[in-house]
Parts: sequence; C-alpha cells; structure tokens
Amino acid sequence: MKTAWRELIRKPSRFLTAGGALTLIVVLILLLGGLLDGLYLGSTRALEAQSAGVFVYSADANDSFFRSRIDGNLRAEVADVPGVESVSGLSVVQLPAHVPGVVDVVDTAMFAYEAPNQLVPEPPATGEAFLDRSLEGDGIEVGQTLGFGPARTPVKVAGFVDGTTFNLQGAVWMDPETWNEVVRANVPAATLAPGASQALLVTPEQGVEASALVATIGQGIPGVTALTKQDAILGLPGVKDQKSIFTAIITVTFVVAGLVVALFFALLTLERAALFGMLKAIGSSSRTLAAGLSLQAVLIAIGAFVVGGLATLGLAAIIPAAIPLDLEIRRAVTTVLGLIVTALIGSAISFRRVVRIDPATAVGGS
Amino acid sequence: MPALELEDVRKTYGSGDTEVVALDHATLEVHDDEMVALVGPSGSGKTTLLSIAGGLLAPTRGSVRVGPHEISGYDRGQLTKFRREFVGFVFQGANLVPFLTAKENLLVVADLAGNKGKVSDKRAMTLLEELGLAHRVNNLPGQLSGGERQRVAIGRALMNEPELVLFDEPTSALDSTLGEQVMDLIRSEIKGRGTAAVVVTHDTRMTHYADRVVEISDGRLAA
Repeated sequence: MKTAWRELIRKPSRFLTAGGALTLIVVLILLLGGLLDGLYLGSTRALEAQSAGVFVYSADANDSFFRSRIDGNLRAEVADVPGVESVSGLSVVQLPAHVPGVVDVVDTAMFAYEAPNQLVPEPPATGEAFLDRSLEGDGIEVGQTLGFGPARTPVKVAGFVDGTTFNLQGAVWMDPETWNEVVRANVPAATLAPGASQALLVTPEQGVEASALVATIGQGIPGVTALTKQDAILGLPGVKDQKSIFTAIITVTFVVAGLVVALFFALLTLERAALFGMLKAIGSSSRTLAAGLSLQAVLIAIGAFVVGGLATLGLAAIIPAAIPLDLEIRRAVTTVLGLIVTALIGSAISFRRVVRIDPATAVGGS
Repeated sequence: MPALELEDVRKTYGSGDTEVVALDHATLEVHDDEMVALVGPSGSGKTTLLSIAGGLLAPTRGSVRVGPHEISGYDRGQLTKFRREFVGFVFQGANLVPFLTAKENLLVVADLAGNKGKVSDKRAMTLLEELGLAHRVNNLPGQLSGGERQRVAIGRALMNEPELVLFDEPTSALDSTLGEQVMDLIRSEIKGRGTAAVVVTHDTRMTHYADRVVEISDGRLAA
C-alpha cells in the first residue's frame, strides 16, 4: 500500500490522464446534479416546507394539486378519521404581480394557507402576504403594495420568508380570505367556496405513520385520494420526469467514470506487469498489489472530486442566476461516495490480470 | 543440513508431443556459507533451476528443500510467504522499484514481511553503508549508476536475512571492471553472513569468485 501511495505521489504524470478525465466527469456530474436539485427544489420547496405528512386531494383530481377541490364536508370527514391530529387547507394559483415602479411583472405562486409550516409563520393580517425571498431580487420591499393579476388586486408585503419556491416561482403566502379575494378578481373560475381548499394537509397523531394514515383515509372516504408528502411532491407536473431523466443521465455518467477507471488501470497494469512480477517474486501477494491498485483508484477519484468540485463552484459563480443550479452538500457527498465505489469497481477489473502475473517473469534470460 | 537441496528435480512445460523438458534429474546441494556459480549456455535451464530453488516455479517432479522447508508441495500462497521470508533475489539489471529511493527499495522487503519501524530502518541504513551507498540513501534508481543499482539490489536481497540468496546474471549489465567489483562485494557479503548463494552467470570471468562451479546443459547438471 505504501509503495502504491509513493508511486502516486512521485509519478503523478502517470495518473494524470485518468485524473483529468475523472475531473471532467465530476464537473459534469455535479453540474447535472446541481441542475436537477435546482429544478426539483425550485419546483417543490413550498410543499417540502409543509409540516403535515399527508396530502389529501379530491378523488376526481387524479392526484393533481391544481385540479383538486376539497369542500367543507369532505374536510370534516377527513378530520374525523382515527389517527388524524389536525387538518389544514392549502391552495395555490399562479398569478403575476405588478411591483410599483417596475415595468415587468413578476411571476408568483400564490398560496392560501391556514397554519404555519417549517418556513412560514402564522398567516399575516388580511390583505397582507409573506413573500419568498427570491422575489426580493425583483425590486420588492417590505411595506410595498403589489397588484396581483390583470385586476391588480392590492396585497401588502408583510415580510419575506426563505426557501419557498414553487414551480420555479417565488411563493406568496396569505390567508384564505385574501387569496379568495385576489382569485375572484382575476380568475373567477378558481374561486373556492367558504371552508373549501384545493388540498388538505393532514398531520397524523403522534405514533401514527403517515403511510398508514394514507391507507386509512383512502379506504375510508371514497371522495378523496390521500398521498404521503413525498408522493404528492413527485405528483407535481414534470417533477418525476425531471428527476428520472436527470438520475438516468447521472447514472450513465457514473458508468462512464467506471469505464474510464477500468480502462486506465487495465492499461496501467499491463504497463507495470514487469514491476508487479518483480514485486511478486520478492514476496508481494496479489492481494497486496490489488489493494495498491484500489488505493490509487480511490485517491485519484477523491483528487478528481476535489479539483472538479472547486471547478464546479467556480462555474456556478459565473452561471446566470436565472439558471436553476443548486449545489447541495448532500449531492456532493453522494457524488464522492458514488465515485469511490465506481473507482473501486473499475480498478477491480484489473485484479484478475494482477493475479495472473507470473512472478517467475522477474527472472529472465536463459 | 544443506541450505539448498534439490533432489532429482524435473521440470517440463506442455504435455504429450509438445512437452519440453527444461530440467531433468537435477540434484544439487548448496551448504551454508557456500557460493555456487551455475554456468551454462542460453536455454540450458539455468533460469528454471534458479526459479525452482527460489520458489518462483513448482517442479514437475522431485524434491526442493531450502533449509528445513520442503517447498515442492507448497501452494501459491505458501510460496509467496516463503519467498518473502527465506529467499533473497538479485535480478538481471537490478530491477529496482523506479519510484522508490535506495533505502525505500530495501524497506519494501521489510514491509512485505511485516517488519516495520526503526529496526528495519536501521538495518537498511547499515546495509547501504556496508555496500558503500551511505551517500545515495535518498536517491532514486534513475539517479544511480549501474553498479550502484546492483549494490542496492544486493542490499534488498539481504534485507530480511534470508537463508538463501539467488543471483540472476548480476553482472550482465555491467562492464568487466564493475562486474568484478560487484562479484567481490557479493562474495564478501555472502561469506560475512554465512548465507548460501547461487549465482547464475554465463560470464566465465566471474566464476572464480564462487566456491564451486556447477555446469548445466540441456537441462541436466554436470556430474
């Protein structure tokens, strides 16, 4: 192992090709992952922020948040299901906002909510709203009055909250009364009856699993469909498709990384066959040599991750803010772990060749 | 007990019509403190005999004993351990690890045998000083002359205090003056330790350094 380490340190040029290729692959994986996370989180953060573990839609909505309508009767039925601690309505409509002094309108996702969630406090006073901080960049300030929709229905900015985007738009959080007033003025068909909401957020009692409550509600009330929060998020238009397409691309990229390592170490093993033969002759086991190969592959992968990670951070700094790139620590950790596993598998392809190197080849001649 | 004892050793490659006999009826004893030169033309079986004696090849038939170890029945793992602990090799052209310093090339052998730490470090330094390489301790093989490289290889072979040291054409890459110096050094190092040595060479000018010369031809040792 020590010999393998010293080779890596003293003959870095020997590993430069593989290291360079892996570095580019790391940049690709991190950028793809960043775009996936940016798109995913930008589309779903407002729902991720909800504390409730179960989402309930009307049965005729086919799992669509936008089509769902839960009236007061259904709400009462759900609230009576054993294991339900509390229910709360949530509705959304996408409307542009007119900012005083700004020519362009700002696209927003306007939510009606009743209870605080992980990121948004209790609803503000009627006629006011909390705005996602991403909208601050559009010139909006606390205390301003925005005009929503073609009717320019006035709503005052009560404050900003962090990390609540939806469908790549900043969320606007207000009480149901204000929301209905804005909707009635701009999209009359979407107006909700008193006590109704698009979705019902259900908090299970302590000790009740969300998945169990989903089944209970689904079986007990014919007029509704219950989903876990995660299923509801994946049911948003395009989210699941985005995730599976990007995940497929990232998986293929990992496979390419594995092939690069495998090919490179196969060539390097051929190149070093005489050296390995000599080391075997003086008592090195195939296992020791294979462990050395794995160590080199893993260290190259880690080095490529560090350099590629820094390059990605540099690129992220110059990529326009409009591109939804979100570099998450979790993604970086899974990338480096995936790369290490890939490097180990790739280098393992050469183990058989190492085992087959004959130590007698060290003694040559007559 | 001889340091090396080959008894009626036969080594063949292939089978049936394609069988090639590399070594046949080879019987040889090398005692402690004895240096034997093995001479013969190319293809005579010198390398095969050396490889079998060092546990690099298994004989097709016959007995191979190094000190108390009967190795002819050893499997691959046992042979690896045996080579690591009981045999020293000096290969043609030194065959050092190119990215390790002179001292590290010696310590590789100690590392493989699990002998790490200050004792091994001190032994490597002592050997290199004995071999006149105290000033070359931290040089890479590429920074050493041919003679110096071969001296490092000798140090590596002696590092684990083996019972038997096998030399494969140790002077083939050296001019005659350097070759004489290296052979002189080999003799003094072997004799000083009471270790047995077999030196394969086709250079008859070097055989006078050995206690005994054994000739091999067509896979058979001269009587």
